[in-house]
Amino acid sequence: MTSEPARLPPAGLDGLDPSWSRLVTVDSLDNGRTFHVLDNGVADPALTLLCVHGNPSWSYLWRHVVAAAPADVRVVAVDHLDMGFSERTGEFRRLATRIDDLAALTDAMGIAGPVVTVAHDWGGPISLGWVARNRDLVKGVVLLNTAVHQPEGSPAPRVIRAVRTRGVLGRATVDTTAFIRGAFEMSDPKPTQEVRAGFLAPYGSAERRKAIGQFVEDIPLDPSHPSATALDAVADSLTELADTPTLLIWGANDKVFSDLYLHDLEDRLPHADVHRHPKAGHFVSEDVDAAGTIMDWVGSLDAPPADELQIDHLDSLADSLAEPSIAELAAVMEMGESFDSIDFGPLADRIEQTARGLLATGVAPGDRVALMVPPSIDLVVALYACWRMRAVAVLVDSGLGPKGMSAAMRSAAPDHLIGIPKALAAARALGWPGRPISTVPLSKVQQRVLGSSVDLPSIRSELATPLPEPTIDDPAAVVFTSGSTGPSKGVLYTHGRIDAQKRAIMELFDITSDDRLVAAFAPFALYGPAMGITSVVPDMDVTAPATLTAVALADAAVAADATMVFASPSALTNVLRTKDELSASHRLAFADVRLVMSAGAPVRPSLLHEVGELFPNAKVHTPYGMTEALPVASIERHDVAAATGGDGVCVGQPLAGVEVRIRPLDADPGDIVDTPGVIGEVVVRAAHARNGYDRLWHTTHKASQPAGWHATGDVGHLDPEGRLWIGGRLGHVIDAPSGPVTPVAPEQQLEDLPGVTMAAVVGVGPTGVQQLVAVLQVDDADKAPRLASIERIDAARAAVDHDLVAVFEVPKLPVDQRHNAKIDRAAVAAWAAAALSGGKVGSL
Amino acid sequence: MIGRAVIEALVQRGDDVTSLQRGDADLPGTMLRGSITDADVVAAAVAGQDAIVHLAARVGVTGPWDEYESINVGGTRTLIAAAQAAGVSRFVHVSSPSVAHTGASIVGDGATPATPDAATSHYSRSKAMAEVEALASSSDAMPIVAIRPHLVIGPGDTQLIERIVDRARSGRLPLIGSGLALVDVTWIDNAAGALVAAVDAAPDLGGRALVVTNNEPRTVHELFARIAAAAGVDWSPRNVPAAVAIAGGGVAEKVWERTGRTDDPPMTAFGAEQLSTAHWFDQKETHEALGWMPTVSLADGWDQLGNWFRNQS
Repeated sequence: MTSEPARLPPAGLDGLDPSWSRLVTVDSLDNGRTFHVLDNGVADPALTLLCVHGNPSWSYLWRHVVAAAPADVRVVAVDHLDMGFSERTGEFRRLATRIDDLAALTDAMGIAGPVVTVAHDWGGPISLGWVARNRDLVKGVVLLNTAVHQPEGSPAPRVIRAVRTRGVLGRATVDTTAFIRGAFEMSDPKPTQEVRAGFLAPYGSAERRKAIGQFVEDIPLDPSHPSATALDAVADSLTELADTPTLLIWGANDKVFSDLYLHDLEDRLPHADVHRHPKAGHFVSEDVDAAGTIMDWVGSLDAPPADELQIDHLDSLADSLAEPSIAELAAVMEMGESFDSIDFGPLADRIEQTARGLLATGVAPGDRVALMVPPSIDLVVALYACWRMRAVAVLVDSGLGPKGMSAAMRSAAPDHLIGIPKALAAARALGWPGRPISTVPLSKVQQRVLGSSVDLPSIRSELATPLPEPTIDDPAAVVFTSGSTGPSKGVLYTHGRIDAQKRAIMELFDITSDDRLVAAFAPFALYGPAMGITSVVPDMDVTAPATLTAVALADAAVAADATMVFASPSALTNVLRTKDELSASHRLAFADVRLVMSAGAPVRPSLLHEVGELFPNAKVHTPYGMTEALPVASIERHDVAAATGGDGVCVGQPLAGVEVRIRPLDADPGDIVDTPGVIGEVVVRAAHARNGYDRLWHTTHKASQPAGWHATGDVGHLDPEGRLWIGGRLGHVIDAPSGPVTPVAPEQQLEDLPGVTMAAVVGVGPTGVQQLVAVLQVDDADKAPRLASIERIDAARAAVDHDLVAVFEVPKLPVDQRHNAKIDRAAVAAWAAAALSGGKVGSL
Repeated sequence: MIGRAVIEALVQRGDDVTSLQRGDADLPGTMLRGSITDADVVAAAVAGQDAIVHLAARVGVTGPWDEYESINVGGTRTLIAAAQAAGVSRFVHVSSPSVAHTGASIVGDGATPATPDAATSHYSRSKAMAEVEALASSSDAMPIVAIRPHLVIGPGDTQLIERIVDRARSGRLPLIGSGLALVDVTWIDNAAGALVAAVDAAPDLGGRALVVTNNEPRTVHELFARIAAAAGVDWSPRNVPAAVAIAGGGVAEKVWERTGRTDDPPMTAFGAEQLSTAHWFDQKETHEALGWMPTVSLADGWDQLGNWFRNQS
């Protein structure tokens, strides 16, 4: 390899400001070596970001970071020697040398603390080697898709092995630009031609690409490799970073650094903040706004400690289950052909035995255990056994469908997966992570097919070994959101918060030991045993709540002599549809029910009214909340009807202990008020609200303003009586000239018109000038969307307080699959904008 | 039509109004007759006036460029010079949103600057040139504000309403494209109201241009249906692809130009475009600047129009 001096990049590279580029000669290296660096040149910086690229790349990778830096942050992004526009030395520089190079460069540049290193790919080990030598300067560490070690039991990355095959290495990496181009094949979205040209700019000839091949050669895949010792030293040094704030930003769609490498780094850096992007590829900072995440994270390092709600209470799960006074009370009953029932005494024993069995078979406290078990005695045993021994339950709703479930499983990455055989088969077919554990004993053939040799009944242990008692702050569960308002996210709960949620529900509904619950709504149903009350699971397919029949619900009510019914709106809709099949004794059982609770989706007032007639002595409650905080508020059906004067739907008074505030639409993230009538995003704080989102640091950060609160994404307002009204989703607010308009109130006004079964109100036009458009789902629609008749337009305009520029009729509005009730207003708005600008009228 | 409405509004509130017109319409106030291109006539007309509302224009889609230029550009220049010389203290230049129209959809835009070079017709180019020159002539002594009313309609309108009704009656009123483009028209009384407000607000608005509409965008389909209904015409929509209509309009324009016909062709490219792309505007700034809001809603307007048609027959 011949040497060649460093030079400045050509002008005109996409996103690169030529004023950032400079050449720095380091006299102490060899006989003087010259680097090309990007440097925004901030004098006396409050912080320096030292950005280190990997292979095949150059400092161009960090152009967004330089651009996003605040005025007092210096960004220095280095081109390694022989890479980018730095000098071609003509020598093979291995990892240890590259760490020396970087240290010599920062010395020569006089870079003082505090420094946050930001590194990608093979830049990770180099930057971490630098960190080990400059501990006193380091304020934080940011790593993007990198590795310091081949994870236990994983084959070396196939791509690297393939590239290193004799004869291929030179061809792929040096003779051609195939390696550079190939690295972008994993990108989503694909980079533009301009950006590709930027990455290729310094690598125009085989001579200039020499080091790309050397970098690949320098990856130690076995202990005898010349760089193995240096890499091991870097890996070992991570134990010293326990007090150093660390952020891992990860593109999960990376064929080189798969999730295995993320998990390896998480194990070595358990304190790290993690943001994993499921669709982003190896060049994660090209696919997503990593620079924004980095800047917010760096900013958060100096943030004052959050005014967090203190949680200071945790009921002992073991004690409440083993309460002697309920030992002979039925704990869980399963309806259906295989009717089964278990009392609290035996249930408590089985949970203890199963917890010990899990420990004995290799489930460690803190391990994640996915539970793929429908509501049943087995689910209660599996869940509570996990909690008893401090394992973390991963709960993925089967309503997400195979694709959504797979995404959730890969994101949560459970260590174990407890499932019914059907679920274990799906897990195997779809490649879900986690050691499979069956809820029932398996035949030898099943064991082989399902890859599972462990089952819950067989592992029960009667030994009296003490179990690790969970504490308030131990993680208890990762619960996946329904995905109806965005991609499904894993919501983290600690034991303290789970326990607080149980107590919030008991207090809200005055639940006592005299209550017995028909549990057709999974989230709340799981709390029955912890509350010390009888739960009965009706005969239904839980993946399809709309299949719950009136008879099945009533049979469950009869069996348990139920006082409470929890069911989703779609389940109740079907119950009402099939109510004529009820017998007199069924109706008598319903007459004994004192409380019906329906949650999970908006509940129509007419549905509440009909449910009220079916359960003549029951209060019918619809709690408001979300996976991240449930319940926030609740309202009885008579109060819904009586509530007037607000904008949207009245969801009632916030629960005791739940703080509800409003962030006005134009306010800063941290500015929240409780002034009645102010419309804005609903922000809540409660002991039973989430901790954060799993492996989504930035999402959590943005949804937790002010710190310790949960921003719901819903828009609403408080009224003078302190009740909360919800007007729709934040993204659906119409920015009209008269001020923000929330869609729910006009939609409800339109839904009262004859022939209209559902209505969507959306805005068209630019911010601040948006006009309202109504799209009505009507009985007598054509297949294609059409403008409503003049008569219906007039009726619609008369019904709504705002001007409607256009009124359309469609046979079916787009709604979410999960609840079949939440209108996809974004899709409606996009359609309306296209149609009303004179463009082609597509289908909706 | 709009001139009469403005004069009536001004007279009604007690202003002393003088009108200069080419024709022989019977208008309230003092009437003068003559051409805006005649400097002596213009000088006599502006003498002693406090304010000018400049509505004179060559409109249409046919005819030689010279006519548009001499009346719309030259006439404006003559009038402004005369007004400045006469010590007039405010000047309202009536312009048109077409001065900034590039052919694309207008979806909630404000009054973007006039672009003579991008204009697609003699009318819009000459009006754009006139507006640019007028606003550049604004001074503290005589502030000039440009008001651009968009598609003014009302009872007795021979431009838009009469043509729509005639074509609906003869079964020749197709919808261009989907007919779902949103268009914000201006009811005649509101156009007049905005101009009166502009006379009052002109001292604070020198050099500015403002679009005026009813602030009630409606689909072309609905506008046609409302107008046909007001005229008592039974109309059912038939769709013509927009590209066909625009091309057809272009051909008609060419034929009219080559043959020297001076009446307007049945459908022009400009007209087809107007009726197949969205044209509605940000009115927030206009309302704030003028301290004015429309007083006649379209719903009221359609009622007025219905009554007017019934009285005609």
